[in-house]
Amino acid sequence: MKFQKTEAGDKLVARNAIQSSLTAQTELLRQLVGHLRQNRSELREEWARRITHSKLLTAMSNEEIFAEATSVYDNYVEALETGTFEALQAYARNLSERIIPRGVQTDEVVGIVLLLRDVLARSLFAKYQTDFGLLNHILDAYEPAANRIANTVAVGFVQERERIIRQQQEAIRELSTPVLQVRERLLILPIIGVMDPQRARQLTEQLLRGIRSNRARVVVIDITGVAAIDSHVANHLVQTVEASRLLGATVIVTGLSPEIAQTLVNIGVDLGKMNTVGDLQGGIEEAERLLGYKVVPSAETPVQT
Amino acid sequence: MAVPILKQSHYLIATIQSALNDSDLLQLRDALVDKVGKVRSKGVIVDVTAMDVVDSFATRTIRDLAYMIRLRGAETVIVGMQPDVAFAMVQLGITLEDVATALDLEEGLEYLDQKLRQTHGAV
Repeated sequence: MKFQKTEAGDKLVARNAIQSSLTAQTELLRQLVGHLRQNRSELREEWARRITHSKLLTAMSNEEIFAEATSVYDNYVEALETGTFEALQAYARNLSERIIPRGVQTDEVVGIVLLLRDVLARSLFAKYQTDFGLLNHILDAYEPAANRIANTVAVGFVQERERIIRQQQEAIRELSTPVLQVRERLLILPIIGVMDPQRARQLTEQLLRGIRSNRARVVVIDITGVAAIDSHVANHLVQTVEASRLLGATVIVTGLSPEIAQTLVNIGVDLGKMNTVGDLQGGIEEAERLLGYKVVPSAETPVQT
Repeated sequence: MAVPILKQSHYLIATIQSALNDSDLLQLRDALVDKVGKVRSKGVIVDVTAMDVVDSFATRTIRDLAYMIRLRGAETVIVGMQPDVAFAMVQLGITLEDVATALDLEEGLEYLDQKLRQTHGAV
């Protein structure tokens, strides 16, 4: 369909504008998609060239970039054609899942999608340069779709990153609060890493459950591996000690760093409530003493190694 | 609902079966303080395993109970506190200071035996 610059033509267009604007759009889109499919090879190469030139996706080899570029290109054109974005969303998530572990950043992903947008737009400028009015209509069809595509891919990428981060956080939490029984009635809770309120809560739950199921009388919480805690977590720790006492267990906290010692003093923790020892060894020795154990060297001569 | 109080050698054992209202708690307190004198008991175990909720009134009453029994010459141990309840209490700042606690009945009895050995020699 060409837009004739005649009086009759204009009137016809104007009269049918509203009814046929939708079909006009569809037709334009079809033309546009046809053009993009026809020139697939050159446009894809141009895009890949621009990606490398802009120093994006440096974590990937040229072959890999070209392979992904092909998939993205085809998904892009299909999204333009069908006007539906589910397939693109799924592809974006799948792509993100693959490239995030390679260290690809958000700005790179957004960058390459925008580069593709530019490459395709330039190609449209070139094709329709003789008919400015038609070019405008083509762009009216192209731009909203292209923007939505860029948006979909970027959001998909970011969502995948957030999902991975949550997953890793969960995994770290699982790993890092084991409740270990080292003697009858004696539990050890070694903590490593960052202590945040959520982790502190999880720790308390696990500890109280552990005291019950192991029938522990003494618990040693070792925080040598914790660099710093804020006042919320410090208070939570004190509450954990008190709650443990209500279950009949004594808590010994060991391995406080100078920073944590300062935090505890600053927030005015009642040190009478906290039983602390410098290091884990001292804590275990104190715990054994409380439980009535005595460690003595055995009479046998140790094996010579 | 009256809480049953059992006697086991020198000790009294009160097992709270379900949620107690305020007047039941007071009744329990008075019954224990009374019975401690009557049977000349040396120790009292209050089992709160079945208590899902312990509010500030219950805590105060339990603490009063322990103090009163101590004045009558006997030691009290609270056993069986649920982890969730323990933490909720602590978060609300209501603690049972100066009241002995133990994990369960067995631990509680052991605690009392030890305490008695310390203060009165052989039981």
